[in-house]
Amino acid sequence: MNLYRNLTIKQKQIVWAWTFLAVPVVFYSVIRFYPTATAILISFQDWNLLGARTWAGFDNYIKLWNDPVFWKVFRNTFAYLLIGTPVSLVLSFVIAYHLDKVRFLHGFMRMMYFLPFMTSAVAMAWVWRWFYQAVPIGLFNNILASFGIAQIEFLNSTTNALPAVLAPAVWAGLGFQVIIFMAGIRAIPTSYYEAARIDGVGWWVVLTQITLPLLRPTIVFIVVFSSIGFLRIFDHVFNMTTNNPGGPLNATKPLVLMIYDTAFNSFNMGYAAAQTVVLFTILMIVSLIQLRLLRSN
Amino acid sequence: MKTFKGLAAATLTASSALLASSAAADVEIEYWQYFYDARVTAMEQLIDGFEAENPGITVKMTHFPYADYRTKVAAAIPAGEGPDVVQLFYGWLNDYIAADLIQPLPVDTFSPSDVDKDFFPMVQAMKKDGVYYALPTAVRSLALFYNQRLFDEAGITEPPANLNDLIEVAKKLTKRDGAGNITQVGITTGMTAQDHHWFREGLIRQFGGTPYNDGYDTVSYNSEAGAAALQYYTDLEKLHGVTASGFMDEPQAAFKAGRAGMHIDGSFRIGSLKAIRGLKWGVAELPAAVDGTQSNYSSYWVNAVTTKAEGEKYEASLKFMSYITSDAAMQIWLDVVGELPAKPSVGLTEANANDPVFGPFIKGLSYAHTTVFANESSQRQVLVDMVARTDIEDQPIAESLAIAAEAEQKILNEYYAD
Repeated sequence: MNLYRNLTIKQKQIVWAWTFLAVPVVFYSVIRFYPTATAILISFQDWNLLGARTWAGFDNYIKLWNDPVFWKVFRNTFAYLLIGTPVSLVLSFVIAYHLDKVRFLHGFMRMMYFLPFMTSAVAMAWVWRWFYQAVPIGLFNNILASFGIAQIEFLNSTTNALPAVLAPAVWAGLGFQVIIFMAGIRAIPTSYYEAARIDGVGWWVVLTQITLPLLRPTIVFIVVFSSIGFLRIFDHVFNMTTNNPGGPLNATKPLVLMIYDTAFNSFNMGYAAAQTVVLFTILMIVSLIQLRLLRSN
Repeated sequence: MKTFKGLAAATLTASSALLASSAAADVEIEYWQYFYDARVTAMEQLIDGFEAENPGITVKMTHFPYADYRTKVAAAIPAGEGPDVVQLFYGWLNDYIAADLIQPLPVDTFSPSDVDKDFFPMVQAMKKDGVYYALPTAVRSLALFYNQRLFDEAGITEPPANLNDLIEVAKKLTKRDGAGNITQVGITTGMTAQDHHWFREGLIRQFGGTPYNDGYDTVSYNSEAGAAALQYYTDLEKLHGVTASGFMDEPQAAFKAGRAGMHIDGSFRIGSLKAIRGLKWGVAELPAAVDGTQSNYSSYWVNAVTTKAEGEKYEASLKFMSYITSDAAMQIWLDVVGELPAKPSVGLTEANANDPVFGPFIKGLSYAHTTVFANESSQRQVLVDMVARTDIEDQPIAESLAIAAEAEQKILNEYYAD
């Protein structure tokens, strides 16, 4: 007790701050940091879940570097990111921009866009999987066939499969982004628009000089949020291609699916952990770059 | 905890000794399996029978969802908490032995030569260095399911006897729409389902080759026979047009929907097919090669005594092992679960061997081979990719086969390196 009494006010504040922080710190250590540290540890070991863990040094990382599947998966993951993020950003902005101007049944329309976001990804993926099937059960191909157009291989193709899997993923996330954009648009003071109207400038100038610049924080948020989402894409891919996880010749396999497969089908925990560490690093770098961009504003 | 358990056991022993006035000490052993309704029911019946025959021994069964099974076993046995007798997939045997989770069956109770003689030959995959580590109650094999209604419609009276007949029959069963799109396949295909087993242990051997060497650690299908088998398999779709890989998403779905004339699948599919109303189906043995060679694939779940079982628990566990691998137990398993007996003495009884549904599967057992997998899902993926390369990228057969053999050898090398 004497010890405490002798502390300065500043030091006492620190003691109390840490006392209150203890709960979240413990929680974070147990829930976040401990597993992360263990994963990093396991990535340097060999472990098949059954026997003892043995040290493997950098073997798992060397194997990863020389694994052609990993590089294919790496490219796929970035394809999801580099196609998915801009497409969903532009689409959600266009929708939000016009939805904002709609007066008739506005709430209902907004709900219709938001609905996919609330739906289970698993259910959604299976419905889309059915849409993509060949004649006689696939919706899209049945429509094509009824017009006498040749069928399209959506999922059983090395070129079409990735966009085909990405489409429902983009569509599913759209509702959330639309809502965020609309909130951003509504947060812009109307006085700017009134001034613009008095000056008599056209809609294009209003859009590029007022709306978009003022939406920058919103855009940065959505970019960060959706890029993390696309880098971690799993449920859509897994459920649309459960027969052959990752599509034909790994055409759609993202990093998370590779990790899952290595860990729970091959029981190769060390190798899966090494992949996890790589994913973790990518996510961290991408997030840090994006947060830096955010700070400069 | 240990003392508490000891005390509880002592109390139990004392009270049951009073009740049953039996001299033998009571032992409780634990049995673990993964959860599947019919399997649990069958095991409950077996446990009841075993306990009636062996007063003083009780068996406690615990089951887990399949997804958690491996993790739970791995965590529990080294901690001394797990099962005394455990059920495992045959493909996991090496891993279980390496991790010191199970112990060999003693040769005086389970004489290897008796097991060799009494069981169907594929259980020999459970033998290491001359001793058996595990034994199955039931096994699974492949057969050809056919849609009786479609057969009648096409005027086909007999299921195909050989691989050439298969093509001819499949041609009669295939239907296309005006634009030439397949609307009904003669036979389902898809390496992602059971076809990879059919290809490895069926087709390759029937074309005169072997999929692997005897130890299953060297790939040997990159041969003329392998190429002929792959040619035959891919021709079904590309040359004869009697199938479409991935038709209706999954082969069994196409068959259940009545859109497939024939379908190769395992005996475990019987239950779910029986549940489809309005589907009239039959079962035939896998078509033989043109020269009559027959070959099949078999897989199974086995039971083993864990390293946790010691002393009287070990003795009790062995008794339980003997009981659940007895003829009577196998008949119960066939009746309740629908899985095939692991011994000819049960499988080849008049009633079982001539059963219209189980019969073809049981006959298949006598010429079945069991692939010893290092990593089943990765090894399957190699074959899935092999067919995809010829299908989507038009890669020549020989080239795709060579790539597959090399990729699979790499998996085996990695596994057997340690």
